Amino acid sequence: MSRNNKLQIILDGIVRNNPTFVLVLGMCPTLGTTTSAINGMSMGLATMCVLLLSNIVISAVSRFIPDKVRIPCYIVVIASFVTIVQLLLQAFVPSVYEALGIFLPLIVVNCIILGRAEAFANKNGVCDSACDGIGVGIGFTIALTAIGLVREMLGAGSVFGFKFIPGDGALAFILAPGAFIVLAYLMVIFRKLTSDKA
Amino acid sequence: MESNFKNMTVVLGTICLVCSLLLGSVYAVTKAPIDQAGVAKVNAAISQVVPAFDNVPSQEMTQVEGSEVYVAKQAGQTVGYAVKVAAAGFGGQIQMMVGFLPDGTIYNTSVISHSETPGLGAKIAGDGQQAPPRAQIVGKNPATTRIAVKKDGGDIDAITASTITSRAFLKGVETAYDVFLKIRSDEQEQ
Repeated sequence: MSRNNKLQIILDGIVRNNPTFVLVLGMCPTLGTTTSAINGMSMGLATMCVLLLSNIVISAVSRFIPDKVRIPCYIVVIASFVTIVQLLLQAFVPSVYEALGIFLPLIVVNCIILGRAEAFANKNGVCDSACDGIGVGIGFTIALTAIGLVREMLGAGSVFGFKFIPGDGALAFILAPGAFIVLAYLMVIFRKLTSDKA
Repeated sequence: MESNFKNMTVVLGTICLVCSLLLGSVYAVTKAPIDQAGVAKVNAAISQVVPAFDNVPSQEMTQVEGSEVYVAKQAGQTVGYAVKVAAAGFGGQIQMMVGFLPDGTIYNTSVISHSETPGLGAKIAGDGQQAPPRAQIVGKNPATTRIAVKKDGGDIDAITASTITSRAFLKGVETAYDVFLKIRSDEQEQ
């Protein structure tokens, strides 16, 4: 495949197949971890690591996997990578590990990863699957960072931890309802912007 | 690929074996840094809640009534006690460290982990600006001050809209004080 094609796969992951705003997958960490921009970004990057690694491995070995044990095999691979990322974060960036809490091990059951394994990695080559992992991972990271940024600005009056207005913001945006409201508005804006192109 | 009993067993078995080998090696590599990070966190919490010390309190830990007590010493002289306790908060356990001077005065407190409501009860863990109950009990002695929120007839302000969290926090301080009294009387008997 040409280089253009690979770029197209990455762009597709960010825009046309954006996991949060278009596919609407992986809503649990999207709503749960985006209380601040930095949390959303860490979650997005952790997911991207797992997605990239699992896409590469699954596309490489899918030829040897019998159909009936396909899903168990994918889950074992994904769960291993999640645990590896978790151990590495716990060892070298404990603050991120604590901020993500339960949502880090829950990447195992994130629909995006199993979804990409099923829909893309087991039908395509290693290089294309890696591009897909990067693209969808970036798309997820951008979405989570954007939601986190808006929630943090409105809810805490800060951007990436730097306060620009004193005092508290609108508390509702830090709590669960704010996650739904912000997600909905950003989804509308994203679709409005991308529908013109398509 | 066609599925039959033999190839399913072999493939799944091989994948599991490779994955567990990989996990085992990553675990071996990260074990030391993870332990270090844990100790560093405890030490950071200790140094926040007691005056300056020159020993390594995490190595001089004693268990009193199920709570961990760290003794901070400066030139062999005890300067403070850090008591680690857990209190039942609004969203789960609040792990906290309470530091006492040898006379029982609260030197400072530190919240190690919690799962309180973000924006409300979570203020209890605020580092820069301490929430009312934490700021107010600094320098108080539980022997002379009632460690309870004003709603319960005590002398301490609660965090607005987070009475349960504030109550749990102060309950934790009381537990820590009981542990402190116990260890003081144990020491005097010796």
